[in-house]
Amino acid sequence: MSLYHRPETLIDALSLLQSGEMRIVAGCTDLFPATEARALSGPIMDITNISDLTGITETKDGYRIGAATTWTDVIRADLPPAFDMLKEAAREVGSVQIQNAGTVAGNLCNASPAADGVPCLLALDAEVELASAKGRRTLALSNFITGPRQTALLPGEMAVAVNVPGAACSGVSRFRKLGARKYLVISIAMVAARLGIVDGRIETAAIAVGSCSAVAQRLSGLEKMLVGQPTTPDVLDEVTVARVSAALSPIDDIRADAAYRTEAATELVKRALEDLLLAEAIA
Amino acid sequence: MNRPLDTMTLTVNGQAHSLPADPSRRLSEVLREGLGLRGTKVGCDAGDCGACTVLVDGAPVCACLTPLAQVEGRHVETVEGLQDTALQQAFLRHGAAQCGICTPGMVMTATAFLSEAKAPTRADVEEALGGVLCRCTGYARIIDAVLDVGQSHAADMPDAGKAVGADVPRLDGAQKVAGTEIFGADHVVADALLVRALRAPSAPMTFAFGDITAWATARNVHVFTAADIPGRNRFGVIPAFADQPALAEGRVRLQGEAVALVAGPPEQVEQLDLKSFPVTWMATPDSDPVHEAHPNNTLITGKVRRGNAQDALSSACHVAEGAIQTPYVEHAYIEPEAGIAWMEGDTLVIQACTQAPVMDRDETALILGLPQEKVRVIPAATGGGFGSKLDVSLQPLIGLVALKTGRPARMTYSRSESMATTTKRHPSQMAGRVGTDETGRITGMEFDGDFNTGAYASWGPTVSGRVPVHASGPYYIPNYHAEARANYSYQPISGAFRGFGVPQAAILQETIFDDLAKQLGMDRLAFRRLNALQDGQDTVCGQTLHGVGIAACLDALREPWHAALAQADAANAEDDIFRHGVGVASCWYGCGNTAIANPSTIRVGLTAEGALCLHQGAVDIGQGSNTVIPQICADAVGLPLSQFQIIGADTALTPDCGKTSGSRQTYVTGSAALRAGQALRGRILSMTNMGTDASLSLSGTNLIVSDGKVERRIALQDLETDAHGYVLSAEETYDPPTQPLDENGQGAPYAVYGYGAQIVELSVDMRLGTVKVNKITAAHDLGRVINPGLAEGQVHGGIAQGLGMALMEEFIPGRTENLHDYLIPTTGDMPQIETIFIEVPDPEGPMGAKGLGEHVLIPTAPAILNAIRHATGALVTQLPALPHRVLAAIREAQGQ
Repeated sequence: MSLYHRPETLIDALSLLQSGEMRIVAGCTDLFPATEARALSGPIMDITNISDLTGITETKDGYRIGAATTWTDVIRADLPPAFDMLKEAAREVGSVQIQNAGTVAGNLCNASPAADGVPCLLALDAEVELASAKGRRTLALSNFITGPRQTALLPGEMAVAVNVPGAACSGVSRFRKLGARKYLVISIAMVAARLGIVDGRIETAAIAVGSCSAVAQRLSGLEKMLVGQPTTPDVLDEVTVARVSAALSPIDDIRADAAYRTEAATELVKRALEDLLLAEAIA
Repeated sequence: MNRPLDTMTLTVNGQAHSLPADPSRRLSEVLREGLGLRGTKVGCDAGDCGACTVLVDGAPVCACLTPLAQVEGRHVETVEGLQDTALQQAFLRHGAAQCGICTPGMVMTATAFLSEAKAPTRADVEEALGGVLCRCTGYARIIDAVLDVGQSHAADMPDAGKAVGADVPRLDGAQKVAGTEIFGADHVVADALLVRALRAPSAPMTFAFGDITAWATARNVHVFTAADIPGRNRFGVIPAFADQPALAEGRVRLQGEAVALVAGPPEQVEQLDLKSFPVTWMATPDSDPVHEAHPNNTLITGKVRRGNAQDALSSACHVAEGAIQTPYVEHAYIEPEAGIAWMEGDTLVIQACTQAPVMDRDETALILGLPQEKVRVIPAATGGGFGSKLDVSLQPLIGLVALKTGRPARMTYSRSESMATTTKRHPSQMAGRVGTDETGRITGMEFDGDFNTGAYASWGPTVSGRVPVHASGPYYIPNYHAEARANYSYQPISGAFRGFGVPQAAILQETIFDDLAKQLGMDRLAFRRLNALQDGQDTVCGQTLHGVGIAACLDALREPWHAALAQADAANAEDDIFRHGVGVASCWYGCGNTAIANPSTIRVGLTAEGALCLHQGAVDIGQGSNTVIPQICADAVGLPLSQFQIIGADTALTPDCGKTSGSRQTYVTGSAALRAGQALRGRILSMTNMGTDASLSLSGTNLIVSDGKVERRIALQDLETDAHGYVLSAEETYDPPTQPLDENGQGAPYAVYGYGAQIVELSVDMRLGTVKVNKITAAHDLGRVINPGLAEGQVHGGIAQGLGMALMEEFIPGRTENLHDYLIPTTGDMPQIETIFIEVPDPEGPMGAKGLGEHVLIPTAPAILNAIRHATGALVTQLPALPHRVLAAIREAQGQ
């Protein structure tokens, strides 16, 4: 019989964490597939019963996504268009079954190179709020995920929320995922893009690519080139393989080869931006 | 609640349960093993298949991913909570359940969806069901059912004499949609031991055991190794090629090969860390032959030679050649192998999923040193087979434990265990040439293929035999030379998978045909029609065929073909990112074993009490033999289908109907059912001295025979009961009349063939290399359609597997032993399918019927590749056509 804790408050959770090493679980959609055992092993702390950690709230500086918020919660939340890409990604996380259980923060803590949520949250300048019995700290998402399956979480520490700053809650956004089948698929490449458009010009650009490097990456070179450009179709010419690949380090695996990934990512970036520009033109 | 939990309270289907349980245990386990609610199925334990979907507070989740603690205080709904709902009725009506293993998960997911959806579209349903995999149906009829809840009504059961051709819902369908069907893992006996296998971490290796007794004693479990096997530790589906040990003896030839069994109380055994098992592994060179008797690793070579292909090709006007490479393909049935064995007196009883109960019995008896009559095999409902469940897997293993301990023994393979250790479709490397004269008539063909049969023979000899016979396709080819070799390797075992190598061969032949049509400047369909085998022509084996339906299939496709071409042209005129293409390919396939006996025997009888019993031993793995065989028999007897009781399959109760393989059950067992039914009818008519047109009716214990003028009555209770318990009965055997092949592959390998052709319409994203199949029009010649709904279900399912093989399925040993790295089509990947049934009666088949089950898969992949080439100019020669391969082929074709 394993030690299974299901605290109802964050304070209890943090004090449990301080008392000894334990596995933090939420949707379990990554933990159970990693074992053939009938039960999860070792001391476990389940955070899904902590009401403070569930749901998305608007704060004075943006939005706060509680650590136990599921993908279905994201799909159903009332959020500004900057989050459209996150909602699109949420609908492509596994299946309805997975979306009902899997959590946004779990997706980050699992730190898969193919995590569907990471490119969107990078493009939302998200920060991960961490807490331990000793206190709280906040890390930019790009600093939180330190490598494939690696995070900056310290012993005794847990993610309590993913915060999106107010400045990043503006603009319009798109998510594009490419896989070898329609549903329940690990992506070959995926792209999240958010543009702030003012008076026919791109004022802000946030573009991230996943599954094409050990950790999803923002395309800062391309973003810089785009800022200030008019929203005419010509702007898509700025999206070149060289600019997209600058931040990426794709590998060959069973799903695709590295060269293809770079090309596909470039095409997906173009299509995401084209969609956004088209929508803007219609509006 | 800051404490470890031990007693859990949960509400399932409105009923509260308190049970001692580990809060971190998978909900699926607690439902099935803790509460005995085995309607919830487990297919992968990873959230990849959705079979275990239950509702928690109305929302669908995978029970395998849900720790028990999370449902405390919440409402769990399982399939057992549904009582013949309108949705379940729609599933039955639409044939949405074939094998039935995914059905509970589908039904639960759809129930949640329908509770919120208002006026759902087909696309909405596809998205909602995208998380539940089905390997049988191709999803179309599942989606139809969800969209038709509470709408149409089931047709009445057919009257006497009208069963054949009627769209009868499957007779064993009610238990499938209710979730009460008993699959391999669902029959549980109290105090059963749980069995696990210790398996090789890699191969080739030798191994030596340490102190097993001490290890087992310390853990209070039993351990069995090859040394404990009382009989012959060697099996194989073809007795002459039996080369596989049930438990390896000192040497392993494939990763995952079983070397020892551990059995004990479930709570003990499930927690064991098998890494602590005392065994030492030593790698051996993989340059060593896999089997000493085959120093160059060639298991067998199959050949067919007719005329002189080389001369014909050198004098041909047009010659095209090609080479194709295909990977391992996994059957990916949603039910991993599972079963239970127990002793009844001195008889060993095994209830497990299978396609071949009598072969299981005979092989298990040999391995365990038992006479055949001391082994009884009761096939559990089989949650998908497609060929892999022809070979024994766990039957001898659980049999050994039950025999040695005297206690019931259960075993359920994990998903990865199933994928690593059971058979696959043969990977192939094929090359060929085809030549024509100036008019486009084929004059000669050469085919050469290597098929990787893996570590053991399994069905390798069958593949190397079937491929040369079929690699011509259903075309007249006077000069022909085909060779196929089955080669051993230290890799997973290749065996039977829907088509035995023929789907691979058809890819090569049909893609070369497109090249020839292009060279000739001929329409691709017209080229095939010109060369289609005609009635009375000889096959490449020199067999003169009758009832040949390929021309009729191609003719039926002419109109859709030209419409599709016009539509693609129009679409291409205004699109250059997506290119639209159309492809066609044909199939033929011989039904039953290749030139060797494969009889089926059917018994039908009436009891004194008036029960009309059909002993139907053809295992229904979802394809429908539990319905089709009774339909044939009912019309042969002349009594209504609804009055039949179906008995079996069970080696103690049903005569041998052979294996569910080679598209043989409708034809071979159907022929036996026809003859048995006719014989019973004949006896009744002669007893009453009535003419052949007389009608029969069964009323209570009276059998009434009438010709409209005279009515005679047989009082069943007045008749003597025979050894089988019947007062009137008949038993008939049918064995296809075939002739052995000579050294050039000439003879009559099959008595009946089926034919078909499919058109694929698809779009290719020219910048991403992704392929979207939009529509498939499938014309298949069934000779006589016994059950149109079930037949259409076969077409849909075969197309789904062909589409998967073409576009996404690639089993990589040691890497893709799960259902998220090994991809099969989901609801969102399937095209619209239009089915056209052709009935060119076969002179040998029952009521003219031909086989269908494997045929339907064969044309799909080549038609897809041909359509990709039509759209893009690029032929993909390495399957599957993953986006990166398609894009690379496009670049190559464009000369970039």
